[in-house]
Amino acid sequence: MGAAPEIHPRPAAADRRDLAWWVDKSVAILVFTGGISAIVFILGIFVFITKEGFGFIFGSLDIGGFFGSTKWRPTSTPPTYGILALLAGTASVTGLAMLIAVPFSLGAAIYIAEFAKGKTREVLKVLVEMLAAIPSVVWGFIGLMVMNPLIINAFDVPVGLCVLNSGVILGLMAAPIMTTIAEDALKAVPDTYREAAEAMGATRWQIVWKVVLPAAKTGLVAAVLLGVGRGFGETMAVLMASGHSVNLPTSVFDSVRALTATIAAELGETSVGSDHYRVLFTLGILLFVVTFAINLTADLIVRGIRKK
Amino acid sequence: MSQFTATPRNHRQHRRQSVVKAIFLLMTVLLIVPVLLILTFLIVKGAPVLSFEFLFAMPENGMTAGGILPALVGTVWLVTVALLASVPVGVAAAIYLSEYAPDNWLTRAINLAIINLAGVPSIVHALFGVGAFVLFFKFGTSILAASLTLAIMTLPVVIVSTLEALRSVPQAFREACWNMGATRWQTIRKVVLPNSVSGILTGVILEVSRTAGETAPIMFTGAAFFLPFLPQGVLDQTMALSLHLFVISTQVPGVPEGFPYGVALVLISLVLLMNAISIGFRTWLRGRKKW
Amino acid sequence: MVAATTAKVLLRGLSVSYHGKPALRDVSLEIGEHEIFGIIGPAGSGKTSLLRALNRMDSFVSGMRVAGDIILDGRNLRDWRNLYALRRRIGVVFPLPVGLPLSVYDNVAFAPRLRGVRRRAALDEIVERCLRRAALWDEVKDRLKSLGSLLSGGQQQRLTIARALSQAPDLLLLDEFSIAVDPVTTMRIEDVLKELKHEVTIVLVTNLVQQARRLADRTAFLLSGELVEVGDTEDLFAGRVEDERTRDYLEGRFG
Repeated sequence: MGAAPEIHPRPAAADRRDLAWWVDKSVAILVFTGGISAIVFILGIFVFITKEGFGFIFGSLDIGGFFGSTKWRPTSTPPTYGILALLAGTASVTGLAMLIAVPFSLGAAIYIAEFAKGKTREVLKVLVEMLAAIPSVVWGFIGLMVMNPLIINAFDVPVGLCVLNSGVILGLMAAPIMTTIAEDALKAVPDTYREAAEAMGATRWQIVWKVVLPAAKTGLVAAVLLGVGRGFGETMAVLMASGHSVNLPTSVFDSVRALTATIAAELGETSVGSDHYRVLFTLGILLFVVTFAINLTADLIVRGIRKK
Repeated sequence: MSQFTATPRNHRQHRRQSVVKAIFLLMTVLLIVPVLLILTFLIVKGAPVLSFEFLFAMPENGMTAGGILPALVGTVWLVTVALLASVPVGVAAAIYLSEYAPDNWLTRAINLAIINLAGVPSIVHALFGVGAFVLFFKFGTSILAASLTLAIMTLPVVIVSTLEALRSVPQAFREACWNMGATRWQTIRKVVLPNSVSGILTGVILEVSRTAGETAPIMFTGAAFFLPFLPQGVLDQTMALSLHLFVISTQVPGVPEGFPYGVALVLISLVLLMNAISIGFRTWLRGRKKW
Repeated sequence: MVAATTAKVLLRGLSVSYHGKPALRDVSLEIGEHEIFGIIGPAGSGKTSLLRALNRMDSFVSGMRVAGDIILDGRNLRDWRNLYALRRRIGVVFPLPVGLPLSVYDNVAFAPRLRGVRRRAALDEIVERCLRRAALWDEVKDRLKSLGSLLSGGQQQRLTIARALSQAPDLLLLDEFSIAVDPVTTMRIEDVLKELKHEVTIVLVTNLVQQARRLADRTAFLLSGELVEVGDTEDLFAGRVEDERTRDYLEGRFG
């Protein structure tokens, strides 16, 4: 050989943990902290609301009376804390909202995903996304100022702040989100399914009904579940549009009060550490646990789809 | 269609197809149009109230006259502090999930936590804010406590949109960098982040839109019904647009009829404008070709 | 040919698996300093896995497991504490061309910057030299600022080669580099590889048997994850094989 071979640093000498290595390590730790923070926050939420509600659960809570009584009289002497009417309020409003929102949002999702094309599709998607962005206090305001007189005039009732009002408002609120998630679920069905059905001469509707919907079933269930969670947890709109009287509703024109609205309306009047204050946190625990369960179920369903 | 002879069956199917399509279109329209009508109604009722004075004067006479300046300024304070807290944490979390996280139980737990942060009712976030920031950390009812509550609540918005932006950068680019001996962070800084920063920005704007509209989380943590002055720092209380709308439409007698419509219009314009900017920005990004 | 006295790379019982599925089983061989070492075999024979293991990509690819020893310059790769420093010495070209979404200039200056080259003049010199060697300079010299990811497939492949060269590697791993390149350019790059041999040890994975014949000093034949045999390329192509399967493959009877 002519020229002397170029000398490379021996591997042991090159193998130093240099600045870049340490910077990378530090960033890894930093972003890990960011990732973990989500868990810390969700646990923190649970710990802090439990901490405040604890005194009530182990002090004055009488389970039978709590869930079984309709008497929510926190300011009477002696106070009674029966949440049955509040549960009924939340359930009736959410139920009516879903009755309205589920068919319409599934219909809209089917139209956007399976029938609409090109520009129409894009415009509809953007519109739905914008509707989802309207703040809940504005929805409440609409219930108060628009729906209320409409209901009074249309049905000849004295007050228009009722199950019907808040149910419709909540339905309109939840629908865009459900539409978006349901549309994602429909889009996740591979096009090969549609093409195969088309090749056999099926019409667009037959394809949707016999092929796409069954394939997207679980995703649609998840969309509905998330809509339920959203309706269940909604606060401002229900506070403003439901009439806010503790009541077991017998018709859609009855005023009701929801769990969330109760907390929002009464927390400001309580003194820290009082039974009333603590029972409101206990309602918070209930809301947390139920929405957690709903979200967990929806997530498991969606994860199940992805595995397939 | 035209090249086939139309049979009766074909006709029937075609007609049924059109009917079905029309029904779904109707459902979509019924979902969207009423809301558009309501928004138009808000504009018609609210627009006459809007004026320079309405936006930039202090409220007077128990909020039945004057303007909404403290609420407007307060919302800007709340959103800014919330963003300062949530954007760094959210971006870090998204970088971890996209670039570092192994496929294990901890990652699944983080994802579940994010889903639940987004799903927990806003009033529960408010309770948490009271228990943690107002009482335990002794921030009192203040912009700081309210903004931190908002920050945690809207954290999933930043995380999810940042994740989407990071994941849109093809994996092959990362592997090419790693093969040259770049560390994960060097790869992120030189290739991944520069190509996703606009996507992240889209998410941040979306978060502004979400944060500005929230009411329940700030009711007991830092937003006040009425304050005759502007906040001077993060430990002050403040008014906010969203709460102001609630207050003057339900709690204060004698407010002129147009006033709440004006506030609603300002709030919704702010929120929808931010949302539109975010959507427009995203559309523009998708149309731009870099690989 | 001069048999390598000190092995550049020594593989002892190397196995690679992905999520428990074996891709390479119990391979032992030596790669000499400053030789072009060819690896041939049909698709799925474990060629690419071998290269990935050499570059320690198992630390980045989830589910990838490496067993056995890889000894580079007398040091076990397992003992490396800073894998980034290891990879900086090893240039890799994979079959799918990847132009990074940076300017052409920054693509080639990426690796030099990683090892601390900051001076503009020095970077200019490295960029031009590497682009020339990869037979790309004439086509891109007027648009060094345009995005590398928007070049044509063939240009991106040569950009990838230029990037690997810019690492000033002492080990260059090439995985079917000519897939996206036209025959004339392939020939030009092959000439460059022959020159480079005096500075760099080259491992050339190829499914073009004739390319191995033209370039490789010694060649290994892999078949479904196992090493069938290693020998001087001349011997193998002259039919002096130990295993009939090698002859069958070289003569194009399967693959």
